[in-house]
Amino acid sequence: MATAQAAIKVRGVSHQFGEEGEQRFVRALADTSLDVARGELMCLIGPSGCGKSTLLNAIGGLMRPSSGSVDVMGKAVTGPLPRDIAFVFQESALFPWNTVIENIELGMTFQGVAKSERAGRAGQALEAVGLKDFARHYPAQLSGGMRQRAALARALSLETPILLMDEPFGALDEQTRMILGEDLSVLLARSGRTIVFVTHSLGEAVFLADRVAVFSARPGTIKQVIAVDEPHPRKPEFVTSEKFTALRNQLYGLLHDEIRKTVLQSGLGAAARQDAGPA
Amino acid sequence: MADTSTGLRRRDALASRLVQVGFLAAVIVLWYLAATRWGVNRLLLPNPVAVFDNLVDILRSGEYIDDLKVTLGELAAAFAISVTGGVTLGYLVSRSPYAIRVFEPLFAAIYAIPIILFLPLFVLFFGLGPASKIALGAAISFFPIAINTITGFGTVDRSYVTAARSMGASDYHLFRHVLVPAALPVILSGLRMGFTVALLSIIGSETLASLAGLGHRIVHLAESMEMARMFAYIVFVIAIAAILNAVVSGLEARGRRN
Repeated sequence: MATAQAAIKVRGVSHQFGEEGEQRFVRALADTSLDVARGELMCLIGPSGCGKSTLLNAIGGLMRPSSGSVDVMGKAVTGPLPRDIAFVFQESALFPWNTVIENIELGMTFQGVAKSERAGRAGQALEAVGLKDFARHYPAQLSGGMRQRAALARALSLETPILLMDEPFGALDEQTRMILGEDLSVLLARSGRTIVFVTHSLGEAVFLADRVAVFSARPGTIKQVIAVDEPHPRKPEFVTSEKFTALRNQLYGLLHDEIRKTVLQSGLGAAARQDAGPA
Repeated sequence: MADTSTGLRRRDALASRLVQVGFLAAVIVLWYLAATRWGVNRLLLPNPVAVFDNLVDILRSGEYIDDLKVTLGELAAAFAISVTGGVTLGYLVSRSPYAIRVFEPLFAAIYAIPIILFLPLFVLFFGLGPASKIALGAAISFFPIAINTITGFGTVDRSYVTAARSMGASDYHLFRHVLVPAALPVILSGLRMGFTVALLSIIGSETLASLAGLGHRIVHLAESMEMARMFAYIVFVIAIAAILNAVVSGLEARGRRN
């Protein structure tokens, strides 16, 4: 990875919540560095609580890490960068008081897109995610999968070079997830966007990613980065190929130990801390 | 299936409507029997037919207009004051978690006090005229409005705020497109509650100490022993209150939808 081409540069980022000694003190991220090249789809995968979402929020400027630096498109990140970065959250965060089309146009209003352009871009985005007939529906009238499509359309309409997706399909059932994954791969192959995608699903990571960053247990840091050398858009047959299975198994091997550690931390770890008492 | 269930629901609604009408009819029949057959003193319970005749006379002659104007004028002024004050103050308090912790319980505690007890003080300060009714009505309806405004603005889902900020929303955008629509349903029910207590306290205080207004008229008729006419005015006030509440609830439902 040539550094000059990197869309996102993460250098030595650590983050903790609360102060040492406090009950809520959590060391979420430890000394994490990562480059994401332009046009690359990077998946972040790891045990729960390993800091994947924290890293995503740090990249997007939604929070300042305790130490380290993040550069996006050559600029140091100190707050949200609405012209460079669009988010898709796990729970779609569509505004329930607006229709789908109003939600999409409102995003562009926030970003500062001229009024004359909004309707056209919103229509294109809806078309791209296959929701054209649902423009006038309210989020509550849509299924979970359709809501995430709408959230994706909102992010696409912002035409940012970078898309950050925080477990966007996490709340969906397996079938919906698969179809959305396939559609996303087709959609993104055309768009040339740089994407960071947080997921729990090994299959989803291998299917979508150019590279997968595997996190260690808390305090999280990147344990290994695995390349998935397969052109986009990915065909559904890719899932049944030997290459897919081999990569999936490799990821499983890397993650298995970390997930065990996490389980031990949350169960026995808490008991051990109590035994130790205030140091 | 869907047709059957909406059909059933409609039949249920019709049935409960019939029970409600039947209940009212039964009360009127009992009232009539009590007044004509069971020998209840006419000074305590006038004949409903006489009450009806009086009501028709009141409506025809238009003698109610002056008192209605006074009462509605007081209500409008009191409500305008409490909405302005309650929403503004509620919003300001909601901006700081510390202020919420201080003022929310304080307002809730004051709201639980029967402020009507202070009516003599209000009369001393503002006189027997409309000013004391306006001040009392505004003071009483301020609290539900302020409390609901604090709750409405104070409990907006953080994820909406984060999403808006990530897309570059300015403070004005955030207020206009996120905070207000998110808080509106809770604020609207506060306004409805405030309207109801303002109406109750204004008519109530008119019956206790006043120079004009519908409440004043009712007490005046009671004191001159014109019971049938007094009952007719009570029915009139109930009808006015029902209409106003229907209008306010209708506006609330419409505001929620938008």
